[in-house]
Amino acid sequence: MSKIRINRRHFVAGTSAAVVSASSISRALAQMPPLKLGVLLPTSGAQAGIGQDCQRVVDIGLGVLKDLGYPAITVINGDTETNVEVARSRAEKLINDGAQILIGAFDSGQSTAIAQVAEQKGIPYVINIAAAPPITEQGYKFVFRNFPTAPMILGDAFANQLEIFKAVGMSPKTAVMLHVNDTFGTAMQGGIGAVMPKFDMPYKIVETIAYDPTARDLSVEISKAKAANAEVLLVVSRLNDAILLTREMVKQRWTPQAVLSMGPGWYEDQYLKTLGKLSDGPLGFVPWYDPNKKVSKELVSLMGKKFPEVTMNTNHVYTFEAMMTAADAYKRAGSSDPKALADAIRTTNITNNVATGPGIQFNAKGQNDKLKNSAIQNRDGKVVVVAPASAADAKPEYPMKDYTKR
Amino acid sequence: MPLETYINVIIGGVLTGLVYGLMALGLSIIFGVVRIVNFAHGEMMTIAMYVAVVAFSQFHLDPLLMMVPIAAALFALGYVMQAGLINPFINRPEHSQFILLVAVALIMVNLLLIIFGPDAQSVQTSYSLDSYEIAGVIIDATKAYTGAAAVVLSAALFAFFQMSRTGQSIRACADNYTGALVVGLNVKHLYALTFGIGAACVGAAGSMLVLLIDVTPALGPGYTLLAFIIVITGGLGSMPGALLGGVLIGVTEAMAGLLFTPSAKSMFSFALLVIVLLFRPQGILGKATR
Repeated sequence: MSKIRINRRHFVAGTSAAVVSASSISRALAQMPPLKLGVLLPTSGAQAGIGQDCQRVVDIGLGVLKDLGYPAITVINGDTETNVEVARSRAEKLINDGAQILIGAFDSGQSTAIAQVAEQKGIPYVINIAAAPPITEQGYKFVFRNFPTAPMILGDAFANQLEIFKAVGMSPKTAVMLHVNDTFGTAMQGGIGAVMPKFDMPYKIVETIAYDPTARDLSVEISKAKAANAEVLLVVSRLNDAILLTREMVKQRWTPQAVLSMGPGWYEDQYLKTLGKLSDGPLGFVPWYDPNKKVSKELVSLMGKKFPEVTMNTNHVYTFEAMMTAADAYKRAGSSDPKALADAIRTTNITNNVATGPGIQFNAKGQNDKLKNSAIQNRDGKVVVVAPASAADAKPEYPMKDYTKR
Repeated sequence: MPLETYINVIIGGVLTGLVYGLMALGLSIIFGVVRIVNFAHGEMMTIAMYVAVVAFSQFHLDPLLMMVPIAAALFALGYVMQAGLINPFINRPEHSQFILLVAVALIMVNLLLIIFGPDAQSVQTSYSLDSYEIAGVIIDATKAYTGAAAVVLSAALFAFFQMSRTGQSIRACADNYTGALVVGLNVKHLYALTFGIGAACVGAAGSMLVLLIDVTPALGPGYTLLAFIIVITGGLGSMPGALLGGVLIGVTEAMAGLLFTPSAKSMFSFALLVIVLLFRPQGILGKATR
């Protein structure tokens, strides 16, 4: 084996080269014009609360990306108004306004519409949050998703549930399922039928109840679910309906052993704030962040300073990572040419990310299939991680406390 | 499914339907007298709901107590709207009236959006999560209070139109516009009064409904449509018809959710509307026109 000797000359030459190289990279980054990033979110309409939550990290994330050495970004915002057709027209408008990469749009239906526009116009689109599998099954070349699909979320959810049941030494035998009948909810409901048999779950679903995401009164839904006499409630919902469902359970004096949520809503700040003690107990099986990662810590700290009332959640994690993916691709492509940007996104390999799992990478279909989920639980107005054990900071509480005894 | 579940759901449907009925009553009164279809009806109710939210969050005033002041405020708004904005359109083509009120509705939605933002807002009183259990049947306390209040207000309104001179004058305007002018009634004032009363109904319904559902600026158009379904089912221009329509729609939606699927609740309301239009076009309690 040959030995490499480093003498004074080698050291000076190496250091100088490194300094020159670093300064030339930072000079090159400084010379790059800002990337025009089109951000499509439902900041009004039924999903306004969630869209605005995502927008928070767009507002503060630019500084974090700059600190990480990514090139400058100019954000062009577009409000999808929680409407598929508006999402489509806003995507076209942002592209006409010069957006070089699009990100968004929280919802599967809206994201599907934007994906069609992006593919047609040849502009890269990085989906922040949308779980319906078909979006990345169309053979699109400009559409990428750094968010688990419904089957991925479900697979991890069932695995985490089994871990929790084993840890508490108790398993339910029956479940009733409530789900929104939008694109996401229907995809999740269909996915459960396909994924559940692969896991040896102790319970069977005795009844499935679909409801309108814009419903203002969910009393009938809860009456029907309660009448099913199941031990646990399995839900795929949004924020407003999660609050309505909880209130109805209290009014109708029904506390299942557990609320097992496989969607947003039940862990969000507005849920915790609105319901107070009644918010404690539901278990969420969601894409979350790895609290041990360096960028996670930085983002949590910054979120805490800028928005003290807000807990970092899925909305922030994946919207930030969509921005990060775009910035990273622009940095590596060194150009705003849409094809070069799409090629760069395809070869993304970011490991210093935020979400649980090995990092941001895309398969041939444009899907990050390496993502992992966590099980979280609301406890004393805060969200704790209860599974997997390797990433947990609390033990699960099961069964949940009776709503009438809080 | 246990019998109690059916009874629970029917009672819930009736109680919610009574509040819907009061809301639709306002639309029916305005149409019955002024012959103007208020396309800003749901939006006016949303304004009342926001007033109730502000009164509760800032001054801890219970929406049930605020029902009368809010109805009075909406009465004033309705009076001013009719006297200052709609009266000049009375003899204009119907499409002009339609566009005017749709424009008013859009302005209301956007003003609410600017002032309150898009987030859902709610009122949580000390009894919001209460319920009564009677022989295994659970009755939502808030729905019981609001349903009872809706019945009382509707009865007061019937009495006003039947017994007071002003009420009789308004009915005279509705029955014969030219005749009312000939006998010297101030028709434009009575029209404004009628629109004010219709708005007051919606104001009272809004302060009750805010106890049952969260309010967002986007809520209005859906409730305008619901009010239309109710008054057409019950009979356009018929006051008892509006209440009956409200209860029918409330129970139909509730039972459809229980027996079929909750996501198809609205489909059954529209199906009921279609059946009524096919077999009794004037509505269940409406008078046939020749």
